[in-house]
Amino acid sequence: MSFFKNITTKPWERKGVIGGLEPEGAFESANEKVALSIFLVVASVVFSLFTVGYFLRMELPDWRPLSEPSQLWFNTGLLIASSLLFQWAKNITQRADDKNLRLAFFGGGVLAVLFIAGQLMTWASLQEAGLFLTSNPANAFYYLMTGLHAAHLLGGLWVWSKSSIRLLSGEEAAELKLSIELCTLYWHFLLIVWFILFALLLNT
Amino acid sequence: MALAVVVVLLVIGTVIFHFSQAFGGPWYFTEIATDWGLIDFTINVTFWVTGAAFIILNLFMAWCVYKYRHKPGHKAVYEPENHKLEMNLTVITTIGVVAMLAPGLFVWANFVTVPEEALQYEVLGSQWQWQFRYPGADGQLGAADVSNVTEENPFGINPQDPYGQDDVVVNDPNMHLAVNQPVQALLRSHDVLHNYTVTQFRVKMDLVPGMVSYLWFDPTKEGTYDLLCEELCGIGHYIMRGSVTVESQEDFDAWIAAQPTFAETQSGPEPDLIAGQAAYAICATCHGAQGEGNQQLNSPKIAGQKAWYTERQLNHFKVGARGGDGDTNGAAMVPMAMTLADDAAVRNVSAYIETFPDEPSTPTISADVANGGDIYDRNCAACHLDDGSGTWYTDAPALAGMSDWYFVTQISNFLAGIRGMHPSDTYGEQMVSMSTAMADLEEINDVAAYINTLR
Amino acid sequence: MAYVPLADSDHETEMHHPHSFVEKYVWSQDHKVIAIQYGGLAVFTGVVGLVLSLLFRMQLGFPETATFIDPSFYYQAVTMHGMIMVVYLLTALFLGGFGNYMIPLMCGARDMVFPFLNMLSVWVFLVSVIILMASFFVSGGPTGGGWTLYPPQTNLAGTPGHDMGIVLMLISLAVFIVAATMGGLNYVVTVLQYRCRGLTMMRLPLTVWGIFVATLLALFAFPALLVSAIMMLFDILLGTSFFMPAIIESGTPLDHNGGSPILFQHLFWFFGHPEVYIVALPAFGLVSDVLSVHARKNIFGYRMMVWAIIAIGGLSFIVWAHHMYVSGMHPYFGFFFATTTLIIAVPTALKVYNWILTLWEGDIRLNAPMYFAIGFIFTFIHGGITGLFLGNVVIDLPLSDSYFVVAHFHMVMGVSPVLVVFAAIYHWYPLVTGRMFNEGMAKLHFWCTFLGTYAIYLPMHYLGFLGVPRRYYALGTTDFIPASAQDLNTTITIAALFVGAAQLLFFINIIWSLRNGPKAESNPWGAASLEWQTPDTPPVHGNWGASLPTVYRWAYDYSVPGAAEDFISQDTPENSEPQKDS
Repeated sequence: MSFFKNITTKPWERKGVIGGLEPEGAFESANEKVALSIFLVVASVVFSLFTVGYFLRMELPDWRPLSEPSQLWFNTGLLIASSLLFQWAKNITQRADDKNLRLAFFGGGVLAVLFIAGQLMTWASLQEAGLFLTSNPANAFYYLMTGLHAAHLLGGLWVWSKSSIRLLSGEEAAELKLSIELCTLYWHFLLIVWFILFALLLNT
Repeated sequence: MALAVVVVLLVIGTVIFHFSQAFGGPWYFTEIATDWGLIDFTINVTFWVTGAAFIILNLFMAWCVYKYRHKPGHKAVYEPENHKLEMNLTVITTIGVVAMLAPGLFVWANFVTVPEEALQYEVLGSQWQWQFRYPGADGQLGAADVSNVTEENPFGINPQDPYGQDDVVVNDPNMHLAVNQPVQALLRSHDVLHNYTVTQFRVKMDLVPGMVSYLWFDPTKEGTYDLLCEELCGIGHYIMRGSVTVESQEDFDAWIAAQPTFAETQSGPEPDLIAGQAAYAICATCHGAQGEGNQQLNSPKIAGQKAWYTERQLNHFKVGARGGDGDTNGAAMVPMAMTLADDAAVRNVSAYIETFPDEPSTPTISADVANGGDIYDRNCAACHLDDGSGTWYTDAPALAGMSDWYFVTQISNFLAGIRGMHPSDTYGEQMVSMSTAMADLEEINDVAAYINTLR
Repeated sequence: MAYVPLADSDHETEMHHPHSFVEKYVWSQDHKVIAIQYGGLAVFTGVVGLVLSLLFRMQLGFPETATFIDPSFYYQAVTMHGMIMVVYLLTALFLGGFGNYMIPLMCGARDMVFPFLNMLSVWVFLVSVIILMASFFVSGGPTGGGWTLYPPQTNLAGTPGHDMGIVLMLISLAVFIVAATMGGLNYVVTVLQYRCRGLTMMRLPLTVWGIFVATLLALFAFPALLVSAIMMLFDILLGTSFFMPAIIESGTPLDHNGGSPILFQHLFWFFGHPEVYIVALPAFGLVSDVLSVHARKNIFGYRMMVWAIIAIGGLSFIVWAHHMYVSGMHPYFGFFFATTTLIIAVPTALKVYNWILTLWEGDIRLNAPMYFAIGFIFTFIHGGITGLFLGNVVIDLPLSDSYFVVAHFHMVMGVSPVLVVFAAIYHWYPLVTGRMFNEGMAKLHFWCTFLGTYAIYLPMHYLGFLGVPRRYYALGTTDFIPASAQDLNTTITIAALFVGAAQLLFFINIIWSLRNGPKAESNPWGAASLEWQTPDTPPVHGNWGASLPTVYRWAYDYSVPGAAEDFISQDTPENSEPQKDS
């Protein structure tokens, strides 16, 4: 629908039913997907504001850039692989047979868990190097932003675990199609957020 | 119907009220004392534009309510919209907005551009005092930072910076300016946000810890103006007062010459304890050999009080800020303080008193400690600290272990306006306001009883 | 799963029908019950906020009498009053209360899209209120740092509630944001996806438009508050230095270094200004519908009203720093933000014109809701034009931080929205309860509230002109504030106590009428919009009986020439409309 064309119509001029025989939403997607999309915009606002805060705080004289642990590259690989597996799972649900669905879906989640574990290891290595939360605002932002990203991922894993139980209890793939699609969308979103965060951390 | 009449009456009433205030009423803008007349001009433009809108819109609405109120047989006109009318209204509104915004932006451009001839001075805010610093002969303020702050260097001036040595420091909330000399105030804070406001100057700006903000103005009218903090800065926000005196260049020069430079405040002679001890002999008859106090003679314990506080109070007695009407015990102190001939004598004896061992005085009051503790923690601890030890930073004397009966008489004096009302007792004035945290004598006793537990 | 249209019968069987009392009224998933729960809790919190305001007004008006109010409590009361009224009363009431009740009914839906999430939202809101109220009972009491919670002040020993109070406040806000986000996603998706057959966006009543756009603002603005709350909690609890520069607390240097208090202010107002419109836009929508129904005339310039709501919503994100003209931020920002702020006056003014033009040539029924709606126009004009003073950056120099600011925002986002709340509650009372309220008592309530609040706030502007600063426990002695300013303060306090007491008229009326009011007809005001067309009054669970309604026209067909009645409901088929010339 063309939003602009819509809001310039004169609603008092046209009487009668507009549209088909059934109620129709503004978007031809499942309501859950619409809701998730809006939520992703909200989450983007949260991450953007932290990024803006990061840039503004960076200008102040006490900022000491942090040299990121090289393990982040490995973690990034884990998250990419996780996202790819979710995409694979989504593709499978769109086909007739659900071969490898469990492998793809479970694998994606497990890799995400490994990613979080990897992130925790970077925290540990920073602690060992004496780079604590309060040592410098750059460190504080590192812990805060990676923590927030991991917290979002944990939220996703909660939904993933519920779907996994359904999948294990033998539900048909067709019934889980929406659930898997939403997980995939969410994972891709978090991957993109991570790319941006990672690029931000690397370049400052 | 009644509603239409009332709306009309409210419009008329508002207009009358406004003009009654704008022309001579007590509740309107103070007389401007700088050349920011353009701000007042912008305000007037806004008054005319918005005032017209207020009157026209409300009267038209009242007329509609009256004219089109329901009557039998009456029917509303069907008109979904009138695009032309809406466009015209948009244009008219836009013109009105531009009429207000254009002078506003023009004047703001003036405000953000500090003229080159403006002299700088520094305003320093801390909980809950004002202090000021003027550049010395070199015309430059020395570097200062919160990390340098000590009791001896309350401004945090960098002792290594040569520019800072001749800076004139005013450790007092009253400052002076020369008339018709544009000035730029550099604003700095040691703790929280404050706001430097003199109503008659029309301009204000926050003091932000960690950075320097500024404002500028050209004082055009001589007089002494109240300086207020207008950014909430904690419980003492409303007592963070000061004054700005605008005077002729000669008077200003004389005033500033009488203020110490930073170097002078750092290199003053050490107090002479021997002389202080000699001078103390007369004090000992009432306050005791070790400053332990004597309630029979109405003499409080003075041991345990820091020199800066004792010094200030002795000076208050000398200039009549204490011991005046109603303060019979304080009056007895005035001639005693007068025996200290000069500032050095006052400093010596105060320093000597500081050397006394601080033995807690014997409690004489038993009251509701829990209530007293509640009041103390909520209100008093902000300056006098949780343990009642006081700190130079908030100009708060020690309370713990001091004479509790004396606390009661002094708080009563503050509440009765006997102490703290003298113009030179700025810190006492703060206590006049804060003492209202205690509703009556009973609550004062409660607090005294609580302070007795802090030893 | 592709989009499955909501066939009437399908949807009916999907509904979760409650059986026990507890399921019906406590753990309810019915949007109407949730609306009452949200609204009731918000109003309860608001009453606490009202009482706090009367207490600190006592201190200002009668300092000799109000000896039980010490400076500490004064600042705590001021702070909690502000935060409660802005967030916990108005935001929760407009979005959680009116949004929940109106959206499904006006959209012709049986319920919200996600009823379970909706229920969760109200319970999370309850948790946030409990945390907020708990701060009254912890050591040190609630925070007294002002509702803007500016660091470093709120975290230092010189501020009441700097230990536990501020932490609980920030946690409560974070929990509230979770609740608001859960509710907000629901409202937005419901408006987008759950409109009944024939109900295009441009056929929606302005109430839905106002709440819809306000909800979007809430979804995108609350994150800023969340971000600042998280960073501030880190500063307080973990010792980071996001907002905390190197400072001295009571003579002792703190460990913080380099943080920026102004960064917090930017984040706070990036939330704080849209927040004003989160409150205002639903009020704009609700009052438009009340005016239209009782003037028996379509809302004038519906399209312009929708555009203005959208424009105001969008602009509200680029005006935030007009709260910070004197904050020490880069002064050049002043040019930009003064311009955007005054631009926003144009669509806002158009809304005012169109409300008045709705009255023009109408057939005005001066019922109690209409009294409140017209009173709103008056107070909103007043509050709006004083905004033009403060938004114009140079005029803000003398007036900011003075009572003028307090008077301005109370007129524009205190009194005005509250008058709309009353207008809306009286207007929809017959629908919600199936009873009529007492008209005389409601009008008396109007006169007391309308005249009383004007008596409070008109003089307060003049205290501001004079230069009396806000957030002062006591005025003390100054040369420029005449003693008569205290008389003005006393007058204001008397008026405030009067207005506070007058609210009893409201509560007595709506509670008494619940049982004793005359039974309401199904559509007593003759309203055209969908919520009045339910088969039952009040609407039952599921709203629409056997089949969902179909919409044939916009929500404002009043006094259509040639029509038998002076309104045609939205679900009246077009062929029943008489032809103009036949």
